[in-house]
Order: sequence, then C-alpha cells, then structure tokens
Amino acid sequence: MSFINYSSREINCKIVYYGPGLCGKTTNLQYIYKKTNPDSKGKMISLATETERTLFFDFLPLALGEIRGFKTRFHLYTVPGQVFYDASRKLILKGVDGVVFVADSQIERMEANIESVENLRINLAEQGYNLDAMPYVVQYNKRDLPNVVPLGEMKKALNPRPVPDFEAVAMDGTGVFDTLKAIAKLVIMELKKGQEG
Amino acid sequence: MLGSDLVMYEEEFKQIDAELQRLLTQANAKVVFLVDKNGQLIAATGETENLDTTSLASLTAGNIAATGGMAKLLGEKEFSILFHEGARDNIHISIIGQRVILVVIFDQRSSLGLVRLRVKKSAEALGSIFNLLLQKVEGGKGAGKAGDSPFAEITDEDIDKLFG
Repeated sequence: MSFINYSSREINCKIVYYGPGLCGKTTNLQYIYKKTNPDSKGKMISLATETERTLFFDFLPLALGEIRGFKTRFHLYTVPGQVFYDASRKLILKGVDGVVFVADSQIERMEANIESVENLRINLAEQGYNLDAMPYVVQYNKRDLPNVVPLGEMKKALNPRPVPDFEAVAMDGTGVFDTLKAIAKLVIMELKKGQEG
Repeated sequence: MLGSDLVMYEEEFKQIDAELQRLLTQANAKVVFLVDKNGQLIAATGETENLDTTSLASLTAGNIAATGGMAKLLGEKEFSILFHEGARDNIHISIIGQRVILVVIFDQRSSLGLVRLRVKKSAEALGSIFNLLLQKVEGGKGAGKAGDSPFAEITDEDIDKLFG
C-alpha cells in the first residue's frame, strides 16, 4: 500500500525481496546501498543473527528523485528466507506494493526455490493479494556459479506468467539495478492505474 | 487490491501536525511521531534533527506487526499499547483506529502516567481526523481528483529518469 502525501509532495512505496534462505536477498540490498549516492539513501537496517542470517528483515529507504514534482521514495525490505521464519515473512508482506523473487540458480536449491514461490503465493493470498495480478519480477541469482540450472528451465519452473526476469550475480552487482528498476517501474505504473480507477 | 492507498492532503496534514504538537507540549515529550502500519512515516514533531525517523518508523511498524502476531497466537485482537523503558529515554507506542501508530519518546522530564493520559486524549482527536481523511480519499477517487494526480500523465521516460 503506497502512501501519497500531497502535503509534503511525496510518494512512498514498499518493495519486498522474497526467496529461499541464502539466495542473496540481503546481498541485493547491500549492493544497492553501496552504489547509491549518500544523499538519496537512508541507513540500512539489518535485523540479523550473529551468523548474518536475516532474523526479521532488512530495510533500506531509497529516494529516487522526482516524478512530476513528487519526491519518490522506495522502502526496500527483505524477508528471512529460512523456512521456519514464516510468521515473520507474513508480517513483512503487509502493505507491499511490489515483490522481487530472488531465486538461487544452483541445481541443489531448485526445490527450495519452488517451495519459496509457493510460500510467497500463499502468504500474499492471506493478505488479500494475488501474485498473478501484482507488480512482480523474478531474479535468477548466482549465475556465476558452475552448477547452475539452465535459464530456460528456471524460467519454466519459476516464471510461468511470465513477468520481467533477470539473470544476476548480486555479489558483484550484475542485474541488481535492472531488477530494482523493473519493479519500481511496475509499481509506479500500478499506482497510475489505481489513481485512474 | 486490499484496502486503499494512504493519501494525505494539506488540510488534514496541518490538523495532524497541530495535534502532535499539542501532545508534545502537554506530555512534556521529546519527540512525537505518527507511522502507518506499513512503516511509512506520516508526521513527526519535536527534537527530530538528530533522529533517523525513517528507520524508527520502519522498526516501529515491525515491532507492532510482531506484537500483533503474538496477540493473535494468544487469541487477542491486538496489543494496543507497547512501552519500552531505557536508561535515559522511553518509548510509548499505541495503535490508533487499527490503522496508524502513535509514538511518543520521552525522558525523566515526563512520566509514563502523564504520557498515557495525554496519548489517550490525542488518540481520539487523531482517530477522527483519520476517519474524515479516509472518507475523503474514498469519495475523491476517480472523480475530479485524477487531474491533480501526479501519476495521471506519467510516462516510461519519467521513470527511466529516476535512475539517471
């Protein structure tokens, strides 16, 4: 649910990075944080365990400049990927405007990817959202590793709709901003539709 | 999609801001701010210069969401008040009208009793401002308002420009 403030002329939107444990959601946010002009980002907050597994969420506020005189701000969140943190994942999806699904391209993580997409679909439905009808992009991460699933197969398994999708290596930033740009675009277009309706 | 987007207009923003300032003075607080349940900061007043209000807003909403999850497990609808006590500063968090979160930060110049009392009064005032705002948003949608919308004329180019 976006927040449009006519008083301070701001638009705020919420984007959630979803995916199985260790797929690189936090790495995506860290790269965005590292590469963004200090003026346009806030502090990145990570609620993580000592071993750097996300416990509750990561949060990165990002100011992207103006559209028609309105400052646009995106609040990026990640969910904890580990299966047993489902209660926390549900909470973070509240009021989401757009979802990025980060898939782990390694063969042995394919099952975890599929399980995570299903989990996303169910958790969204509980909040009254339909994954097939909302701003959504897919990122195939870790493409640099040797044991990856062929792209075609990943698309077939994880992106049947299909929505915009990107190959990525979040560690070195490949595909990270393409993914962000695509979801930002879809969210703003959705806002436009909502306002017209 | 679920519910409606939160929209804030100049008139209501002024009313809310005035109410927050009143609360700040009457409760002898350091900072008072208002967050929506999704973590977006709506308004803030007081000693906010050195405070990361955006992060505070997001964490407050996370806090409320987590506590709400606990409430559900216990069969409660929600826990409407949270209180965190520190060595120097304390935070009083309350839910207003099931939609927005009112946060008051105070130190030894005030007391929990005073804050609770003043928050209760302000909650009523803020609740009715938000009710009117929601009615206005619902009523205005699609009719006449579209002309003012910053989105009506948005193009792909506008969005590309955001990323420089």
